[in-house]
Amino acid sequence: MQQAVISVNHLYKAYQTAAGDFPVLKDVNLQVLTGDYVAIMGPSGSGKSTFMNILGCLDMPSAGSYVLDGYAVATMSADQVAKVRNQTIGFVFQGFNLLARASLLDNVALPLVYAGVSKEERHARARVLLEKVGLSKHMHSHPNQISGGQQQRVAIARALVNQPRLILADEPTGNLDSTTSEEIMAIFDGLNQEGITIVLVTHETDIAEHAKRQVRFLDGKIVQDTGVTTQGGSAG
Amino acid sequence: MFSAMLGEAWHAMGANRLRTFLTMLGMVIGVSAVVLMMAIGQGAEASVKRSISAMGSHLFVVLSGPPRMGGARTATGNAPSLNVRDATAMNELYGVVGVAPVTMGKGQVVYASNNWNTDIIGTTPEYMDIRGWSLSAGYPFSSSDTRSATRVALLGKTVVQNLFGEEDVDPVGKTIRINQRPFVVLGVLDSKGQTLDGRDQDDTIIVPLTTAQRKLFGNQLPGTVRQIMVQAESDNVMGMVEEALNSLLNQRHNIREGADSDFSVRNLTAIANSAAETARTMSLLLGAIASVSLLVGGIGIMNIMLVSVTERTREIGIRMAIGARERDILMQFLLEAIMISIVGCLIGIVIGVGGAILVSAFTQAEVIISSASVLIAFSVAASIGVFFGFYPARKAARLNPIEALRYQ
Repeated sequence: MQQAVISVNHLYKAYQTAAGDFPVLKDVNLQVLTGDYVAIMGPSGSGKSTFMNILGCLDMPSAGSYVLDGYAVATMSADQVAKVRNQTIGFVFQGFNLLARASLLDNVALPLVYAGVSKEERHARARVLLEKVGLSKHMHSHPNQISGGQQQRVAIARALVNQPRLILADEPTGNLDSTTSEEIMAIFDGLNQEGITIVLVTHETDIAEHAKRQVRFLDGKIVQDTGVTTQGGSAG
Repeated sequence: MFSAMLGEAWHAMGANRLRTFLTMLGMVIGVSAVVLMMAIGQGAEASVKRSISAMGSHLFVVLSGPPRMGGARTATGNAPSLNVRDATAMNELYGVVGVAPVTMGKGQVVYASNNWNTDIIGTTPEYMDIRGWSLSAGYPFSSSDTRSATRVALLGKTVVQNLFGEEDVDPVGKTIRINQRPFVVLGVLDSKGQTLDGRDQDDTIIVPLTTAQRKLFGNQLPGTVRQIMVQAESDNVMGMVEEALNSLLNQRHNIREGADSDFSVRNLTAIANSAAETARTMSLLLGAIASVSLLVGGIGIMNIMLVSVTERTREIGIRMAIGARERDILMQFLLEAIMISIVGCLIGIVIGVGGAILVSAFTQAEVIISSASVLIAFSVAASIGVFFGFYPARKAARLNPIEALRYQ
């Protein structure tokens, strides 16, 4: 049996407000197997961003279980969760979220600082990834000197630098024009071909088409799921 | 990892140079003030202590004339009322280890083509021990010199410099003239430096008491002296000796109870000790005032670190999302605060030490830059960095990653 990278069962999330609990996620169940390529869709306020935050271990569910790569996230200490974010998950954000003061090389190498990797190796690995996303010429530039599409490539390189099993991308093309979006999605397609599991949030159908599987959120529930992909990597 | 963090802290400091500099300025001013004030305070203390040990210990001076001033007094009030026999009687008192009658005056001294005006002290050989004078050349006069009023003299350093100048002449054995009369130089006194009130103690000549009375200062009342120095055995008997001196002199001078006495007894050691106490208090006070500016500097660091944490909320969120632990974030901001205070402190030490050197160059004040004061300033500055940097750093480390990432 293929191992599930993500296994979410009966997940609830509610925010406490003055008017009482405000439920955002209501009984969400999702299994994502190794090598899957999932697009999460849905209108604003449907709970998809909250769900992504929980998947990324940035937020904790109110009830239900989330097992990531075989470990129950709820039982982990804060430092273990930090380690998971560092080594198991690679994040790609809508707003790129690069450090403006650091060079592209240092931006890509940053996760390795928290992994305790030596300076030489950090730079060597970051260089390889910048080359992979086609930015080796701009290694010592700063984020404000390159275009948005290039910044997102740097962010992808940063997400990959610690060789994660899972890439979580929250509206990765939301700030980009359609041509650049296609280029970025081509990178994700390639990564999935290499066997990396990808979960991305988008509200654009043509972006979601790149994924093998579409999951639609509405009102805190999954209302549509094109089905668990059983064959990782080679499918699509 | 630590070196990477140090590098980042250094970068962060350089990111907003003016702000970092202004924040640092608080530490710079605080540390340089502490270093400078401690240098001046310790210098003052040391020079007071040296003056005290130069003066001699457990000392009384018994002066001619009434202890209280006030009202108009006729010339008789200034006539010396003490005499050598009083001194001899004091020697018998319990607790007294040395007595030296002293008569003083001014004299014009001549050697070859040089001349100089200086204080002449006429006294007995005991004076040397009581005041703690020693000789750097020659030998002291003896009681037989006092008995036969020989014309011999001991010269202070300043007098030697003025009479014999730069020439490499050994003054011992030379004949000088004091108020026209020839004296043979027996010895040269060791240097004592200045008194507490700034007089040059080396600008003096010591001659036998009888010589001063009979051959230098003319026909005063025979055998009278202006003052008598008395040394007690130890600090413990000072009070007792003071009482004994008063009652002895009252008796000898036939002064009835309640009447004005014609002498006064002063405890020199007590006066000197209170001067030392004053210097120490002063030095503490200066240090305390300077420390307040260190505190203000620390608050400045805390303030700017709080601003920095707010400004970099998003950066903190990014770092957390890619795997920074709470303690990584804490350490990053703490290191920044410590680095600002330590760099500020190093600049402050340089300015403080430089200031102290300038003060000693342009004034007569003595300064002492001790490695202890520099070390204290440094460690205080480092702890201020930790103390005032901790709260903002913890605030950063406790941020919620989602909210931090959303922060615009």
